[in-house]
Amino acid sequence: MIGIDWYLALSAVIFVIGMIGVLIRRNAIVVFMCVELMLNAVNLSLVAFSAYHGDVTGQILVFFSLAVAAAEAVIGLAIILAIFRNNLSVDITKINLLRW
Amino acid sequence: MPLNQMIRMEIYTFVLLAVIAIASALGMILSKNTVNSALLLVFNLLSIAGVYLLLQAQFLALIQILVYAGAIMVLFLFVIMLLNLDQEESFFEKVRVKYLIAFLLGAVILGQILYSLGGVTDLLPEISPDMEFVGTVEALGDVLYTEYLFAFEMTAILLTAAVVGALMIAQYKKKKTDESE
Repeated sequence: MIGIDWYLALSAVIFVIGMIGVLIRRNAIVVFMCVELMLNAVNLSLVAFSAYHGDVTGQILVFFSLAVAAAEAVIGLAIILAIFRNNLSVDITKINLLRW
Repeated sequence: MPLNQMIRMEIYTFVLLAVIAIASALGMILSKNTVNSALLLVFNLLSIAGVYLLLQAQFLALIQILVYAGAIMVLFLFVIMLLNLDQEESFFEKVRVKYLIAFLLGAVILGQILYSLGGVTDLLPEISPDMEFVGTVEALGDVLYTEYLFAFEMTAILLTAAVVGALMIAQYKKKKTDESE
């Protein structure tokens, strides 16, 4: 097997790309997809550690994290739909009702 | 000789998958069209599933394709279709300082993570060849249905609650239809 640092580096790069996406995009759906990207990057590093330790627990954790990500996607998209109905926009700079 | 070739094959496959994953992630955050972003995210998820296969995690690779690239992304596409979005205008023209700060912050955090990864590889234990096959459906199910049975059942409740909550939140003007009837 090749070294674990390759996988961890890939995971870190994808995580940072997702983070930059959350910071620069204004479309709420794309921001949400960037969050999914970050979740995936962390899952990748969990699987890498699990495989290199020969321990199944990390993959169980990834399984549960997938289930939570699915629930989170459903709720988040429902919230985006509700906001769109009220505001007619998914631009996060225009959703500033709670802004100080 | 075969071992050496296998490692080289693994490196080639990994580099191919990693390039696809990073390129599609970059394309996702830079593309103006939301649908293109979603489809590029599907590419990214598929290539990460390939990386899971390289790591001998067959079950998770399958789940990744079925749940993430299948179910969740279809949900995203449906919501994009429902919202009927226009394209995000002036992505790179306005507020350049904000983008600069975002990229700078990203570079700093990437540097931090990579720096902290440097010391991690020394801590790995030596594993026997039979321990490499922890990612099969058999091995995973064996643990999932005994040791983690309670958490597994809780997942079912969580998903049910998510579905009911999504129905409640996304419901379309329930009170008005009640009054009109």
